[in-house]
Amino acid sequence: MQQLWLIPALPLAGFLINGLIGKRLPKMVVSLIAVASVVLSFGWVLKTLSALGSLETAYVERYFTWFESGTLNIGFDLAVDRLTAVMLLVVTGIGSLIHIYATGYMEHEGGYYRFFAYLNLFMFFMLMLVLGGNFLILFVGWEGVGLCSYLLIGFYILKKSAGDAAKKAFIVNRIGDFGFCLAMFLIVVNFGSLDFGKVFEAVKPMPVEATAGILTAIALLLFVGATGKSAQVPLYVWLPDAMEGPTPVSALIHAATMVTAGVYMVARSAVIFERSPMAMEVVAIVGLITAVMAATIGMTQYDIKKVFAYSTVSQLGYMFIACGVGAFSAGIYHVVTHAFFKALLFLGAGSVIHAVHGEQDMRHMGGLMKKIPITFAVLTCAWVSIAGIPPFAGYFSKDEILLAAHHHHPWMYWVGVVTAGMTAFYVSRAMFMTFFGKYRGHAHPHESPFVMWGPLAVLAVLSLAGGWYFKVPHYLEPLFPLSGEAHDMTLVAISVGAGALGIGLAYVCYVLSPGIPDTVSGALGPIYKLVYNKYFVDEVYDATIVNPMVGGSRSVLWRIVDAGIIDGIVNGTATVSRSVGGALRMLQSGNIRSYAAWVTLGGVAVLVVLGVMAGGAK
Amino acid sequence: MPQTVPLSWYLILSAILFGLGVAGFIFRRNIITVFMSIELMLNAVNLSFIAFSYQLRQVDGHIFSFFVMVVAAAEAAVGLAIILTVFKNRATLAIDEVNSLKN
Repeated sequence: MQQLWLIPALPLAGFLINGLIGKRLPKMVVSLIAVASVVLSFGWVLKTLSALGSLETAYVERYFTWFESGTLNIGFDLAVDRLTAVMLLVVTGIGSLIHIYATGYMEHEGGYYRFFAYLNLFMFFMLMLVLGGNFLILFVGWEGVGLCSYLLIGFYILKKSAGDAAKKAFIVNRIGDFGFCLAMFLIVVNFGSLDFGKVFEAVKPMPVEATAGILTAIALLLFVGATGKSAQVPLYVWLPDAMEGPTPVSALIHAATMVTAGVYMVARSAVIFERSPMAMEVVAIVGLITAVMAATIGMTQYDIKKVFAYSTVSQLGYMFIACGVGAFSAGIYHVVTHAFFKALLFLGAGSVIHAVHGEQDMRHMGGLMKKIPITFAVLTCAWVSIAGIPPFAGYFSKDEILLAAHHHHPWMYWVGVVTAGMTAFYVSRAMFMTFFGKYRGHAHPHESPFVMWGPLAVLAVLSLAGGWYFKVPHYLEPLFPLSGEAHDMTLVAISVGAGALGIGLAYVCYVLSPGIPDTVSGALGPIYKLVYNKYFVDEVYDATIVNPMVGGSRSVLWRIVDAGIIDGIVNGTATVSRSVGGALRMLQSGNIRSYAAWVTLGGVAVLVVLGVMAGGAK
Repeated sequence: MPQTVPLSWYLILSAILFGLGVAGFIFRRNIITVFMSIELMLNAVNLSFIAFSYQLRQVDGHIFSFFVMVVAAAEAAVGLAIILTVFKNRATLAIDEVNSLKN
């Protein structure tokens, strides 16, 4: 036994301590407990993985039978294989860094203990999600991280927009979770188990489905779940709003870990997806649409966190393209590198926001390069990484994805390249608007403390060297065999060129001649407006789904069903008893002689009845 | 026993006494009279019990009537106490004026 349960149990303990008595503890102790629980968990992951060795096959620990019903037996299983190992390292590693950063970032915020309790709780559920040895444990973690996401987006409880964003995230995720539930039901019905091992063993001998069959249905429903959690079209709308939460939350939950749970789940169920080309095609195309759409929106936004939020959506799209074209290991590779550079981008953005006293609009920044040089330096690392400049982390994973896409359908490669160019453009735009030119705000920018830039520096190193150092696809080879194709250097050059072009274009537009963007957006007129307003997707959803739902609930469910029928039954019962009572009250006149008369009458009546019955009996 | 009074005479007497009791209970307004009417009804029933007991040569009827007497005695004690209290509080013995649980 490797005591895998300790990995999630440590953050859970942190949550319990901080959640129950954190209010009475000094801030120092709260942050010490929160950080230590996650760092210890990271240490335990390292110890466990080194003890488990090469992990060619999955290592499962069953603690007890959770429940049994008929032939269905669900155990409380935790399992580790290479895929889980990668996710464990990312979650606990990045999680530790972000916890440390948050102790500095949240220093002056109210509800300090509450924040860290939620953050620890999130770590617990996320670790349950990746460690779960069957679909149900995965689902418990899946719902748990959704809950923590809700709690942390709405962390600023006095801000209405934060509450709205939290509710939106929660409700949109429910739609996806419904698909996930249906997928689980189908799995139980068809395979009689939810254990990864048993289900995948049962799926392996099944043929590839040329037309839609049961595996296609399961795969598509699982993917519905993934679109909710991982913010894909059409359920991506919650993620940009989720930026209402504190920045460390955006970095940890809405960039590095939770939103990649969908990719993890699809990769985990790769055996099912591989047997359904139709589902794979859907995954790839949804990923592609998401990547392009979010990238275009990202190019027009002014809120620095919104830019990175759309960037996250777009990069998640990339990961699904990888899964859809069958390159699952490339998808997970991108999960890892994306966790490095996107966590860095968000934490860096947090550092910038911290420096300019809460300003998030990039139009009021600029020229910060000299004022916060360390933040600028680390953000530059993330910048070159996400732009796909070799040999930095983003280049490796993006390259793998694009090559796999080319192998599948060349047109997907070209769309991916264009998106890569747009990615480079919007990140460069954010960088130039923030750090170059003249300072346009009124605050007095100051560099962040060491607890904040320390983790940033670590992430910067990972963003630079992580892709080259961690050869994720090779490590995952026992699970996802590599195609073994040679890298086509022309294709690599084209995608790198697109990234460089994006940076160059942004440099021209935002540094050399800052008039160009206005001219271009003016020339594009309606198209620019469409993109700037995020394709009016929120408005369309409001008009087609939300408002009819709210209106229907109000006019039908509330006024007719609740106030009319349900209240009507309750009030009607009361009214009937009252009027019957009112009629019977007349008998209780208080006049003793009338009572006596009634008694006598009753007695006579009884006698008469008895007499009649006795007469009838004769 | 050739010269015994027939059972039916006892029962008729009992019914007459009971009818008088009911009539007094319903039509009289004085509480004490009402009370006496109740006693009358009880004793009418007692009479029929004894008559049946004698006729059937069984002791059950006697026992019943003793019970009725005990209950009647208890009732008289409680009832007279109530009448006294009512008279103290309301200065009336007219039953129609004691028609409210309030006050």
